[in-house]
Amino acid sequence: MVRDMAAILNLNTPAHVIHFWVIQITLANLLVIILMIVVFALAILLPFPRHDHDQGSSS
Amino acid sequence: MSATSPPARKSWTVTVREKAVAALPPETMFPDGQPAYMSSWIYVFGVLSLASLAILLLTGTILALKGPMWWHDDSIGHFFNSLHMWAVELFFFFMVIHLWGKYWMAAWRGGRARVWMTGAITFVIAIPCALTGYVSQQNFDAQWISTQAKDAMNAAGIGSFFNLMNFGQMYSWHILLFPVMVVGVVVAHVLLVRHHGIVPPFALDDQRFAAGGAPEPSAQAHATHAQPTGDGASGDGGIPASPAPSGTEREQ
Repeated sequence: MVRDMAAILNLNTPAHVIHFWVIQITLANLLVIILMIVVFALAILLPFPRHDHDQGSSS
Repeated sequence: MSATSPPARKSWTVTVREKAVAALPPETMFPDGQPAYMSSWIYVFGVLSLASLAILLLTGTILALKGPMWWHDDSIGHFFNSLHMWAVELFFFFMVIHLWGKYWMAAWRGGRARVWMTGAITFVIAIPCALTGYVSQQNFDAQWISTQAKDAMNAAGIGSFFNLMNFGQMYSWHILLFPVMVVGVVVAHVLLVRHHGIVPPFALDDQRFAAGGAPEPSAQAHATHAQPTGDGASGDGGIPASPAPSGTEREQ
């Protein structure tokens, strides 16, 4: 049961490091940065929900 | 004897109270309306950062009360340790997106330089606050980080009074000194936001200047959070009184 509830990815291993020119970054950190960029873009692009009573209060 | 007594000299408490109320009117602290231009997901990341910070403080307080062995020996302690770790992950995640959003909308416009600076200082202080947490874990990971990072402190000349291998010192920095600094600057940041109002988008700023308006004085910023009038004549964060351009209508 506990094993089933463990992390989907096995994090109990040495980090996978990516080397590119002078840049050296772990895969986990790179994924977090990419996710932040994606969330930032979605926050700009996705429409913000409006409540019904707001539409009536607009002048 | 004179019929009128000389005016009583104000005490410093009265002076402080009057200045505080003038700078931060109570009705602007918890407004019941907000500008229509805030209807965007990019405006939610500040409060998400605050929510993450609240969870950080709550879980950190419990961890501090139970002691540094609790999160190793007890499954509930391990659970709270995980909550604390994921809360700080989310805190930085949301804070970075908040930083990006405010950078690209030049949120220091309209006399909001102190708002921007307190936000940047919060970010800078939060980094060593988190790093001292990494070296306070009391595990092999903490030992590896502290023994590697101590050389950087020594090279910078601060190793004699900021010793990463001294658990007691790092723990004190992590659970008291840095959190007090972070919370203090965050409180100042939020109060400054309430004082100046949320920065409007560039398009609305251009409309205000085109109408000959002032560059968002504090009094107009206060109006941002005043009671909605519905006529566009006030309460639009320094936006010209009339005609109310599209997108400046208020929400409740």
